[in-house]
Amino acid sequence: MRSLIQQVFAVGFSAAPIDGIGLSAMDDGAALPLGDQWLVITTDSHVVQPIFFPGGDIGRLAVAGTVNDLAMMGATEVLALTNAIIIEEGFSRADLERIQRSIQETCREAGATVVTGDTKVMGKGELDGVVLNTTGVGLTKRPVPDNGLRPGDRILVTGTMGDHGLAIMASRHRLELDGDLRSDVAPLNQLIRIALEAGGEHGVVAMKDPTRGGLASALHEMAEKSGVGIVLEELKVPTSPVVRAAGELLGIDPLHIANEGKAILGVRPDSADRVLAALREHPLGLRAEIIGSCIPDHQGSVILDTGFGKRLLSEPEGEPLPRIC
Amino acid sequence: MLPGQLDEAVKQLKFRDPGKARELAGALSRLTQQIGRSPVSVMHVCGSHEQAIAKFGLRSTFPRDLNVIMGPGCPVCITDTPEIDEAVVLAGQGIHVATYGDMVRVRGTVKSLGDVQAEGAKIHVVYSVVQAVELARQMTEELVFFASGFETTAVATAAVILKDPPNNFSVLSAHKYIPPVMEIVAEMPETKVEGFLAAGHAATITGWEIFEPFVERHGIPVVVAGFEPLDILSGLVKLLEVIRDGQKRVVNMFPRCVTRAGNLMAQEQLWKVFRPVGGRWRGIAHVPNGNLRLRDEWSHLDTRKRFRIDVSTLWDYAPPALVQDCICGDIMAGISSPTQCKLFGGDCVPETPVGACMVSSEGTCKIWYQYGGHPDLRGVAAC
Repeated sequence: MRSLIQQVFAVGFSAAPIDGIGLSAMDDGAALPLGDQWLVITTDSHVVQPIFFPGGDIGRLAVAGTVNDLAMMGATEVLALTNAIIIEEGFSRADLERIQRSIQETCREAGATVVTGDTKVMGKGELDGVVLNTTGVGLTKRPVPDNGLRPGDRILVTGTMGDHGLAIMASRHRLELDGDLRSDVAPLNQLIRIALEAGGEHGVVAMKDPTRGGLASALHEMAEKSGVGIVLEELKVPTSPVVRAAGELLGIDPLHIANEGKAILGVRPDSADRVLAALREHPLGLRAEIIGSCIPDHQGSVILDTGFGKRLLSEPEGEPLPRIC
Repeated sequence: MLPGQLDEAVKQLKFRDPGKARELAGALSRLTQQIGRSPVSVMHVCGSHEQAIAKFGLRSTFPRDLNVIMGPGCPVCITDTPEIDEAVVLAGQGIHVATYGDMVRVRGTVKSLGDVQAEGAKIHVVYSVVQAVELARQMTEELVFFASGFETTAVATAAVILKDPPNNFSVLSAHKYIPPVMEIVAEMPETKVEGFLAAGHAATITGWEIFEPFVERHGIPVVVAGFEPLDILSGLVKLLEVIRDGQKRVVNMFPRCVTRAGNLMAQEQLWKVFRPVGGRWRGIAHVPNGNLRLRDEWSHLDTRKRFRIDVSTLWDYAPPALVQDCICGDIMAGISSPTQCKLFGGDCVPETPVGACMVSSEGTCKIWYQYGGHPDLRGVAAC
């Protein structure tokens, strides 16, 4: 997916027309200078199947996904969201209302509001149910890129890995798993605000949300763009027992599975403990951990310390699960 | 998913104690030093062992003087070209062919099953032979099950044959039998193997006593090991102890599954249905008694007896140029490693594999590629 975007859609925009973070940076969103602040803008389309899943639905996913992309750029105050919806002819009105309620509730959680939108209907069979597109804008004094890591920096995650992807898979394939497998989809902007404040002026230097491709993809991207190696300590990566066991049975690595309510933070070593403590104060950060650190060698690689030995962590080949977000 | 499976998976995680793993890795270093040769070469003959070694990064804890070679343990990789050709020809004639996923992408002389599928052939990927029988029951046309795998999978095929499968079902056996190939490798002068780590799942069927005549003939010790990281490490520790002490014997380090005699009922079914015959293993050699073929009383279920398969129709083509550079054979014999192949990671990657070792999830090349090749990570430390 990343190479498709680079080869097709980023072409022609490589010379950024703006003095900021543009498409060529392939970050979570763009940041444009605006007076003494930065305007952050991001857009997302959502095509998840099933539309309603344990722990959330397409509406919650749309709002949280966009709010989180803004937050990952450092914009934790959401100015406004837009919401465009394309509906397949014959789609249930009750389901539409349920999605709309979910959008409103998630907006309330995030302190965000939808200010404009668009509605289109397509013929039966021309799309599968419903497609949402959301755009978000926010302001920040200091945009946080995903390439700000340097050797010595610590890598933090805000909670357990793999919940969203496995919950979607279990509900799509009707795997009868004992235990509570629920998507983690949630807006993270309040949690990230606390982390940024705890880190101070120069504490948190890089952020990314481990969505498609999971922790493995996101860390590779951060290592590559920052020109560092990352050593990841597998046994410190928080995972719930049910995710670990289900991953083991299905042969899927939780590090390759998508999350929708978690963030990766690159933090300067002297701020790491402070940021960790602050994250753990918030209900969405209870299981935050320091899971690794950056080294000057092996630039662009992620080295996994399994506790038994070390190997390079691979990026997922192709997509084990289409249409998860 | 069956109830209880998840509990079982959680229980198995107890074999993942990093503290114990460190102690065992320390023992490996001491033993290698005590043996005092450089390198000490041992071989495992199982794709699942290589998977676990790679997944847990165990190679980075092996002492530099210990050379753990992956032998011919990937059933897909050693399926010979003419065997693939047989399946390709049948599929090309419009006959339904069911097989395991990795077999679809391995090329025969000119084509893979995937290639003929793109041309319209009816190929079905199945997870078990039982699924293939169910498929056959749902159709009136002929269905051929292209069966690959070692004795572990051959037992499943045998069980199905003994259960009166439908008339339109037949088996094209490419099943292989591991013990004879260990003899071949033991006799290869280049490999210098001082000990074998035998696969715990195969030994669950055959029992560990099957290796005793081998040890007697070749004077090379065999240790049976399981697949969790602690199983593999403790298997290697035991193997090095036995080598250090100059003992020629079989040791069972997987007693929670493997017994001396093995699973007698499975063995009875296996040999009731199959007989061992000599045949080529791709890239290795002609292996006497290395192939499993259906016995005569099962002729009616034997694809080779049921159809006239003329693979010569495929022989007019020159093999593609890249194949000439593929060193899968040497890799499987433990003489070369993937990084010594000039195709590895460039012309030959999992999406467009040249050799069989890059196709199968148990192939050495695919495993090395997937887990980041084989870099030396012994010195890497986190901050």
